[in-house]
Amino acid sequence: MLSKLDRNFQFQQQALGLRAMRQQVLAGNIANADTPHFKARDFDFVAALGSALAGRGVGALPLTMTAAGHLAGDPRQAPPSLSYRVPMQPSADGNTVEMDVEGAQLAANSIRYEAGLGFITGKIRTLMTALQGQ
Amino acid sequence: MGMFTTFEVAGSALTAQSVRLNAVASNMANADSVIGSDGKPYRARQVVFAATPMGSAAAQGVRVTQVVEDSSPPRLVYDPRDPAANERGYVEMPNVNVVEEMTNMISAARAYQTNAEVMNTAKQLLLKTLSIGQ
Repeated sequence: MLSKLDRNFQFQQQALGLRAMRQQVLAGNIANADTPHFKARDFDFVAALGSALAGRGVGALPLTMTAAGHLAGDPRQAPPSLSYRVPMQPSADGNTVEMDVEGAQLAANSIRYEAGLGFITGKIRTLMTALQGQ
Repeated sequence: MGMFTTFEVAGSALTAQSVRLNAVASNMANADSVIGSDGKPYRARQVVFAATPMGSAAAQGVRVTQVVEDSSPPRLVYDPRDPAANERGYVEMPNVNVVEEMTNMISAARAYQTNAEVMNTAKQLLLKTLSIGQ
């Protein structure tokens, strides 16, 4: 029963975790807007969520187990691999952070995070209604 | 915890930008200081930013690695009556470029504002996360 509940929330849980992670990466880009040679980074959310749900980390190799006592590890815990953003207007100091792009992505990511919270709340409400039978 | 790291990242940027703002204030205040603490004309100070990982490799904060003195030559002003004038009547003035400092100040202030905004967004999202299921 509990595992069913867990599976019910798994999609939203993974999505929220990745959204929070992306928020971190975007905040890092904005923080380093004035750092020479800093390259703005991001990850493909759809691909990352797909791999996380399929039970493998993005670009992560499974652990090799050569003895019976070895633990498999949880590849879902592996962070998604980051890629560099291609700048529209690179600056002379080698920095590729574009404040407008990062700001827009951060705002969009926050709204999607909030949407994820809304979906989870909706799911909990549905379950509560089913439990109470009213 | 993903969102809390966002606080650290944005916080590191706030600290770094305020150090930069301090350096600008020092340069502007001493734009006409013919004699600095070492007896020579004041030299402009510039901060050096570097990206630094915070908690995980995905979250890149920023820190001030060093404060360097501007090595450009001092500005020479002809004023034979000044006690600091050399035998040819020139006074060595600080190498502070006031226009450059002004743009530096605006850039630092804007970056500070943006990072404070990032922090605010993270705070709102965390508060909403606390009220999941209500």
